Amino acid sequence: MNIAIKVENLSKLYKIGKKEPYMALRDALSESIKKLFRKNEKDKENESYIWALKNVSFEVKEGEIVGIIGRNGAGKTTLLKILSRITYPTEGKAVVKGKVGSLLEVGIGFHPELTGRENIYLYGTILGMKKKEIDEKFDEIVEFSGLAQFIDTPVKYYSSGMYVRLAFATAAYLQTNILLIDEVLAVGDVGFQRKCFQRMEEVRKEERTILVVSHNMEAILRFCKRSILIDKGRIIKDGNTKEVVEEYLKYFSEIYNFREWSFDQAPGSEFAKLKSIKIKDKNGNQKNSFDSREPIFVEVEYWIIKPKNIYASIVLQNQMGVIVFIASESSSYLGRAYKILEPGLYRAVCEIPSNLLADGNYTLRVVLVELGKDSSPLYHADVHNAVGFQVFVPLAPDSPRGDYPGGYPGVVWPKFKWETYQVDKNIFPES
Amino acid sequence: MQEKKETIIIKPPSSVFDAINLKEIISRIDLLFALAIRDIKIRYRRTIIGFGWAVIQPFAQMVIFSLIFGKFTKIPSENVPYPIFVYSALVPWQLFARALNDASMSVVNNIHIISKIYFPRIILPMSVIISALVDFFSAFSILILLMIFYGVIPTAKVLLFPVFVFVEILCALGVALWLSALNVKFRDVKYTLQFLTQIWLFATPVIYPAKIIPEKFKFIFALNPMTGVVEGFRWILLNTTPPDFTMMAISTLMIFIVFIFGVVFFYKMEKEFADIM
Repeated sequence: MNIAIKVENLSKLYKIGKKEPYMALRDALSESIKKLFRKNEKDKENESYIWALKNVSFEVKEGEIVGIIGRNGAGKTTLLKILSRITYPTEGKAVVKGKVGSLLEVGIGFHPELTGRENIYLYGTILGMKKKEIDEKFDEIVEFSGLAQFIDTPVKYYSSGMYVRLAFATAAYLQTNILLIDEVLAVGDVGFQRKCFQRMEEVRKEERTILVVSHNMEAILRFCKRSILIDKGRIIKDGNTKEVVEEYLKYFSEIYNFREWSFDQAPGSEFAKLKSIKIKDKNGNQKNSFDSREPIFVEVEYWIIKPKNIYASIVLQNQMGVIVFIASESSSYLGRAYKILEPGLYRAVCEIPSNLLADGNYTLRVVLVELGKDSSPLYHADVHNAVGFQVFVPLAPDSPRGDYPGGYPGVVWPKFKWETYQVDKNIFPES
Repeated sequence: MQEKKETIIIKPPSSVFDAINLKEIISRIDLLFALAIRDIKIRYRRTIIGFGWAVIQPFAQMVIFSLIFGKFTKIPSENVPYPIFVYSALVPWQLFARALNDASMSVVNNIHIISKIYFPRIILPMSVIISALVDFFSAFSILILLMIFYGVIPTAKVLLFPVFVFVEILCALGVALWLSALNVKFRDVKYTLQFLTQIWLFATPVIYPAKIIPEKFKFIFALNPMTGVVEGFRWILLNTTPPDFTMMAISTLMIFIVFIFGVVFFYKMEKEFADIM
């Protein structure tokens, strides 16, 4: 196999500072006068520099699809920007064989005053397509977008969803042998997302070389055999996607799998202190990655030091920071909220039912609450991001996903009971 | 997909001359025209008169100048009626003014595209000049009508017309390259454009003939690249007395200097465009 992309010791230095990136002429003049007088001094004292990429080397073979993952600001986009020649590297070099198409954002150059048709041509041309190519693909693009009836309407009248569909449809027909994609695998509503994934499957079979930057681990796992993990401008791991994604999750989860405190260091008050927070499966084994078909047990241990009506609550947040639910011990039985606990060590276990949570990463906030006589809560302990765990909804007949491989938006993904039966054999009941 | 694969080597910027790649610009000629067409469509969309503005603007200017400078102040106009004298210069001037005002903003106005996708950046100011050429030719058609109206018959010199159009494009593009690149780094440029255009108009023999410039100032006026363009257009179209050869030579030389260094300067600045944004 031939090499399509060869990157050797690529580095990019960015200047960061409080200064405006562009300057007024006045500043430039005063700067150059200043420079005359302090030639030997460090001119760069007020500016700090950052290596957005440092000595990055890798090779990509023709037809390979490689995922680039890492945290925000790790240097992923800088890498794509250099490879697509938007910006220059500071050191090192890259050799790219073939025509490069870069999709760092869909819909670049769309103009609201122009019609859908005009924008397809304009955007296609900006992406590097020839007019003839767009002519040939035009009908397919329109069909893909599902916007045939609005194609001669100025896009300023489009909803944001329509806008994105048109842009994505155009981009989906970019015929270059190398594609650089940044976080634009699928957009729009569920139906359109499925189309996007189908299109990605088609593209994958076309033997094109693709570099994909994404935070969507599911998509990366699905489309890329190989992935590269980048952090602080350096390659941390390069290899099989499954291993790289695991490394990523391990490397970057500042999230605890469990928490345990000694009595002296435990968060709490003179009345109560937290001892431990653990995530367990139904067999009592501690773990942090759950098949959505199994229940999740959250175990909170706390000391009651002086008699008080105290109970534990957990707040579940998903990776978007959305509160999925609050589960409170006070709901375990009537009167629990005002029950005075005698000093001692207590263990409260909450079962999160199976087939409830959606795919993703979750964190728990754990609080010890005292409910006042006026029903106002007083927190004796409050630990944000106490522990975290992941849930995946597998492709299985008894999971909420069933045999549908795509994703659903939504905070939860429960398994619902559906019942379908034939009511009548005739389409038109006899009149 | 079996076509011969081009190889791109990406490395830190070295010399400006490595960056200038004429073949690449030619390969993106579709983009050049698509952007020009976008500009044309957007400029007159949602106007009642639409494309008519391309003609009305210089025509209205001509009427005003004819009244003030032709009728009241009686500026000599080389034996041709003043309206046609001034209009024949306003048509090329308008193209240059577009280069000053619109082309110089072309890079800044398209920052969002520049920071997300690569193409030869020089296409941006070039596309504005192309869209301005459409206005130029529309306004020019009115000049032909005026010539018929005033009975001005051109001589064989009119065959030089394409040469002067080409020289004017170089001139406009040269200035646009300087200003558009400078504008990225120094947003001051934007605020100077209005009076720069005004001063430049009066420094160019548009409303008056070059003949009336005192001898001792001729050299300074000749340094203005637009002097040669305007005088040249008048000479070939209206059959006025031949312009001062030295002035024409200096002015044309200036056009080439501004253009060549404009290209070099643009490519030198271009490397930073995406990072500055």
